[in-house]
Parts: sequence; C-alpha cells; structure tokens
Amino acid sequence: MTNILIVGVGGQGTLLASRVLGNYAINRGLDCKLSEVHGMSQRGGSVVTHVRIGEKIYSPIINEGDADIIIGFEKLEALRWRHYLKKDGIIVVNDQEIMPMPVIVGAMAYPVGVFDQIRSEGMNLLVINATDIAKNCGNIKVANTVMIGALAKNIGFKREDIIEAVTNTVPCKLLQVNLLAIDKGYSAK
Amino acid sequence: MKKIMLGNLAIARGAYEAGVTVSTAYPGTPSTEITEAIADYKDIYVEWSPNEKVALEVAIGSSIAGARSICCMKHVGVNVAADPLFTIAYTGVNAGLVLVVADDPGMHSSQNEQDSRYYAMANSIPMLEPADSQEAKDMTKLAFEISEKYDTPVMLRTTTRVSHSQTYVEECDRVDVAIKPYKKDITKYAMMPAMAKKRHLVVEDRIKQIAIDSNKLEINRTIIKSTKLGIICSGVSSQYVEEAMPDASILKLGMVFPIPLDLIFEFASKVDELIIAEELEPIFEREIKAAGIKCKGKEIFSIQGELSVAIIKNKLLGVPIPVADNTLPVRPPVLCAGCPHRGVFYILNKLKLMVTADIGCYTLGAIAPLNAVDTVICMGASIGMAHGVDKALGCEASSRTVAVIGDSTFVHSGITGVINAVYNKGSSTIIILDNSTTGMTGQQHNPSTGKTIRDQVTHQLDIEAMCIACGVKSVSVIDAYDMKLIESTLKCELAKDEVSVIIARRPCILLTKDARVPYAIDQDKCVRCKACMKVGCPSISKALNGKIVLNPAQCNGCGVCVQMCKFDSIKLVGGAK
Ligand SMILES: Cc1ncc(C[n+]2csc(CCOP(=O)(O)OP(=O)(O)O)c2C)c(N)n1
Repeated sequence: MTNILIVGVGGQGTLLASRVLGNYAINRGLDCKLSEVHGMSQRGGSVVTHVRIGEKIYSPIINEGDADIIIGFEKLEALRWRHYLKKDGIIVVNDQEIMPMPVIVGAMAYPVGVFDQIRSEGMNLLVINATDIAKNCGNIKVANTVMIGALAKNIGFKREDIIEAVTNTVPCKLLQVNLLAIDKGYSAK
Repeated sequence: MKKIMLGNLAIARGAYEAGVTVSTAYPGTPSTEITEAIADYKDIYVEWSPNEKVALEVAIGSSIAGARSICCMKHVGVNVAADPLFTIAYTGVNAGLVLVVADDPGMHSSQNEQDSRYYAMANSIPMLEPADSQEAKDMTKLAFEISEKYDTPVMLRTTTRVSHSQTYVEECDRVDVAIKPYKKDITKYAMMPAMAKKRHLVVEDRIKQIAIDSNKLEINRTIIKSTKLGIICSGVSSQYVEEAMPDASILKLGMVFPIPLDLIFEFASKVDELIIAEELEPIFEREIKAAGIKCKGKEIFSIQGELSVAIIKNKLLGVPIPVADNTLPVRPPVLCAGCPHRGVFYILNKLKLMVTADIGCYTLGAIAPLNAVDTVICMGASIGMAHGVDKALGCEASSRTVAVIGDSTFVHSGITGVINAVYNKGSSTIIILDNSTTGMTGQQHNPSTGKTIRDQVTHQLDIEAMCIACGVKSVSVIDAYDMKLIESTLKCELAKDEVSVIIARRPCILLTKDARVPYAIDQDKCVRCKACMKVGCPSISKALNGKIVLNPAQCNGCGVCVQMCKFDSIKLVGGAK
C-alpha cells in the first residue's frame, strides 16, 4: 500500500498529479482511490489530494501519520500537513512561497526556517526548485510534472512506468515537454 | 471497461445507463459535477434550473409525463425544494424519479451540515447511500427500479467524500426505457384534501412494505467476523470501519431509510456489543434504540464533522492521532486576484455600512482585510434581511444598510425579496454583483448569462428590466472596477427613501483573465504606505526586504490597487499574458 498526500494552494493545479497516478495504478492492475475536495478551498485556500494505491483500498482518505510521501507544491503547506507523514516517510517540497491572507494583512508572519524545522523533526526532506527546472524545460507550466517525477523516484516507481502513465494522461502536443520534466524531476536530488 | 471515476461522474453514468430522459439541477458543492457530466450524454435532456424548487418541479413533471428523471442538488438545496418534495411523496411517480442530494459533513463548502436523511424520514420516501463510485453508479440505477416498483420518488444521498473521490467503476451500456403512457388520474396527481387523505394512507402502507422488503435487499450487507463487536454503518463510513476494525462484524446499510429492522435484530443477536458509526445525526441510533436494541453511537462519535479511519481507531482502540501544528498562519480561501467583487467590498467597509450579504464568492468579503460583511444565512436572504433592518430601525438605519447579492443568487431567490421590499414600502439599497456567472460553484450559466448548460444561446434575463418591473424606480448599472463611482453611487442611493438597486457589473476574472494585462510596482516611486494591500489582493505582498511586490504571474490587471495608490507607482507591464 502506498499513501501519497499532495498539498498546495487552491488553483495551483494538483489535478494532473492525481490523473497520472490513477493511470499508473490502472496500468499496474492495482486498486486505487483518489480524493480531493472541490469547491470553496479552490479559491486560493489550503488544498490536499489523497492518493492511495495498493491491493485493496477501503478509505479514500489517508490517516494522519500514515503518508509514505508528502508532495508539497508550496512550503507552508508542506509544513502544515507534515503530521500526516509516516515515520521514515519523505517530504518532497517545491521551493516556493505563496503568502496567505493573514501574512498579507500583517496579522502573522510567514514562518522562517521551514526546511530546518522539518529536518529537525527527523523527517526526510527533499527540496526541489521545480519552477526553475520547468523554465529550463521550456515551459513554466510543467513545474507540476517535475514534482510528479520526483514523487515517482522517491516512492520507488520505475522510471518507465511513470513515463507510461504520463504518456497515457498528457495530450500529444504537450507530451515531449512533460516527459522532459518527468525526467528532470526523476533525477532531482 | 473499468475506469477510475469521480463519485459524481459515476452517478451521471448511472443515470445514463438507467435510461434517464430528463435531468435537472441547480449547482451546489459537492453535487455540481453530476449534472455537468450528464450534459456530456447527448441522449439526456439536461438543464440548470434557476433554483432547486423549480429543478425538482421540472423533474416531477417529466416523471409524471412518463420519462425517467433525475434531479440533483446539495443538501441545503432540499430546503428550497422541500415544498414539492413533501407532496410528491403522496402522488408518487409515473416513470422513475430520483432526487440526488449531496451532504457535506465537515462543511468543506457549506453554511451548515444538515443531514438529509431527515428529509427521507419526514417524507416517508426511501433513501439509498453509496460508499464508493461503483456503488454510486449501481445505486443510481437501483433507485430507478425501486421508484417504479413502489411508485415513489427515491432519494440518493452522497457525501463530499463519495462525490469527490475517484474509485474504479465498470461501465455498462444504456438501456433504452420507453416513455410510459400518462393516464389522467386526479385522485393520484391532484393533491387536495379529499385526494391527499387517501394518498397519505398509500404513503404509510408503501413505506411499511419497503421496510419489510429492505431486509432482503442485497445492498444491506452483513459481514460476520468476530462476535465480540458488531458495527452498523453506511456510505463512506463503512469504508472507514472496514479499514479501522478488520476483525469486527459489520452491517453496512445501502438503504439508509427505512432501515431493515429484522436484519438489525439478527445482527445484534450475533454480537456481544453493538456500535453505530454514523456521520452527523444519530438517525440509525435513535431508530435502533427505539426498537429496543442496545447500542452505542453518539456517546462515542461526534455529531459534528466527518468520521475517519483515525477517529474510529482512536475512539474504539485508543490509538492516538498525530495532531496538526496550529501555530501556522491559516490559508482561508480568498477572492481571486482581479475579482470584480473586491472593490465593492472595500468601499462597503470604508463607509462602515451594515452589510446583509448572501452566498457566493462574495461571501469571502467577510474576511480580513475587507471585513465588509455582517450576515450570511442562505441564498437570497440578503434582500429580505435588509428590509427587516429597515422596518425594525427605520429610514436612518436603512441608509446605513446594504444588501449584497450575486447574479445567480438574485435569480435563485432574490427577486421575491425585491418585490417584497417595494410592495411593503421599504427603502433598502441592494447591490447586485453581476459577474455573469455562478462563480462559487465553478462558473455555471444561469438565466442572466444568456447561455444554457450546453452553451446554447438563449434569452438573457435582463436584471435591470427585472428590477424595474418589480417596481424599483432607481436602478443604476456601474463598472465594478470603478471604485469612485461605486462610492458616489452608493452614497446617492443610500440617501434615497425608496428601494434602489445598484448593479455592479464585470465578468468573473476566471472567464477573462487570459486577455488581461498585469501590473507591476515601480519600486522607485513606491513609498511602502501599503494602501494597495488594504484591498486584500493575493498577488500583492510584502517581501522580506520590506518592499511591496506585485506578482505579475498572479495579477490579472483589474486596476483596483492602482486606484488605491496615491503615488502613481503601479503600472501596466508589457502586453496581455
Ligand atoms: C440553496 C443553495 N443552493 C446552492 C448553493 C450553492 N451555492 C453557493 S453560492 C452559489 C452561487 C453563487 O453565484 P452568484 O450568486 O452568481 O455569486 P458568485 O459566486 O458568482 O460571486 C451556489 C450555487 C447554496 N449554498 N444553497
């Protein structure tokens, strides 16, 4: 059983990740449940997608303390959801800050030392500059795909399997740049 | 073929396979995608109705005319549709009629967490509840069979976690169901006292029969494992129970009203301890206790919020739940960068008005820094409430009170409020935020956008003409991005001793953002007074070095912040995105 928690800010577009992972599960003949809340939180709120892949899945929701991997599209969100991580699990974070309204209005400060905090709690952390990598791939919009590549590597999916899943998901004309992004994400350290 | 499918899409597929001819709805999270997905099946007539009452009435009409019909809404929509619902329980149907209602335990996107099972009980109509997408599809089809077999409307209840989770579904072909002949029968379809008295007896006999038959329904499933503990559950909770308590015996109810009492007696007799794991209200628990069966429910699990595997393990096995770090800044949803509601709310707050608001994206005007909203109750309430303030405190208070309502909500249930305010000689000031869409639920058309659910051009309801026809003498239309004009118009209309309507118009930014040019802050001119930050745009923030920055990737070029800046430091950058 693999529990993948994808967290970010509403509107960042975590949808692609869940579709790719769904296709990965179908291709492997595995059971799979995906859950994400649509609606109000999509307006710039904190959003979370649960992906569970395995022989037999009951709950579509991952328990606190039960995620094998957390993919954070934004730093504060990775920090917020870290209590979902399993002991020995890994957090992969895009090195990006998006200010929430309490910070914008000056009521609170954006936390400093997010990465040190996560490490100090004994969690495995991988920081990726997905935005820059995506720019180098030639399309800033594939930052999400870079993150999927990093996810696949760190959860132990084979490179060719995730490539197959992306190929099944992404429209033809965008395939090449997405495959490049997957590759860069897969090799990111 | 097996596919991974959203629960809501599975309901749509079920409707298609069941041979549905007519599908109606008013959008509402978490139900909206059902009807959007039905729109992709060209064999089905589909519509957005202006509200849930009309949606249900259309479906009742088509059912009595002989076509299988489905009507979908969120939980609070049933309050709006309750009037026809209570009486079609009496008339019954001709062709199958299914009302899908999506509950929202935990209130991910709702103003309350009412439990729709009460509506099934109150109406004596059967209700089914699926636990995943496959069941969502299968039970949609079963609901039509039950509806026709027992001559009753059937409710299908989902919750957010079923509607918005994707699980495997096996697709089947559509069965073509012929239109049933309609036969005039006023003793069945025209409810007045003489007829209704007889029909009420039919209702009670019918529900007794369904209760007996429910003991043999396959969707009410018993799994006997350990005899120490038995758990009764339904819907997504049954998934949680199966995962959390692999050794416990389970009775999973697929029909959640009426419940199969013989089956429950039998199950209870096989286990030492009986626990009811249900989200929201103790509905099973009360009925089971009333039948004289000992069980525990809400003394263990909360009435508020959702259940989860972790909560069940915690309550029954004492397994601790890792806690969230609540020292972090929260990230509530916000009005989008470029949202045309922003400037209006800034002015409302600036003028320190009492704002009876309504339900939609503009509800977010309640949050800091806009802080402009006093009340949010239900769709349409803003206008009635402003009139209430007017009548309670008089003209003087009324000149400091504004009702704020969106275009979709105005058509849903705001118009009668305007008629009332004029009819009863009120002096309310009403702002209609016309962003040409039903924004909050994901940009659906409504009568004021002039397009149907399938994007066909149709008559566009003229909101100005509508207000004038209601008797409003002062109707002004202004640009929602022009803050000076908003302020001057408001002051002028508030001073009038009659009902006035201000239509603040600009399309939702999500419909137009690609064509707009972003702004940037000229750091040489910026004095860091932070005036631009008072409008609460997510694209403007203070950087660590103290500079105020406007993120061009997020900015949608509305220019509201430009109007806040006294130093001319916010400038357009380059061309369109
Ligand atoms: C009775 C009822 N039906 C549906 C909903 C779901 N809902 C919330 S806001 C909204 C529509 C908002 O559209 P509009 O008034 O045009 O405002 P906008 O979001 O576009 O600003 C809907 C359908 C609800 N809360 N209550």
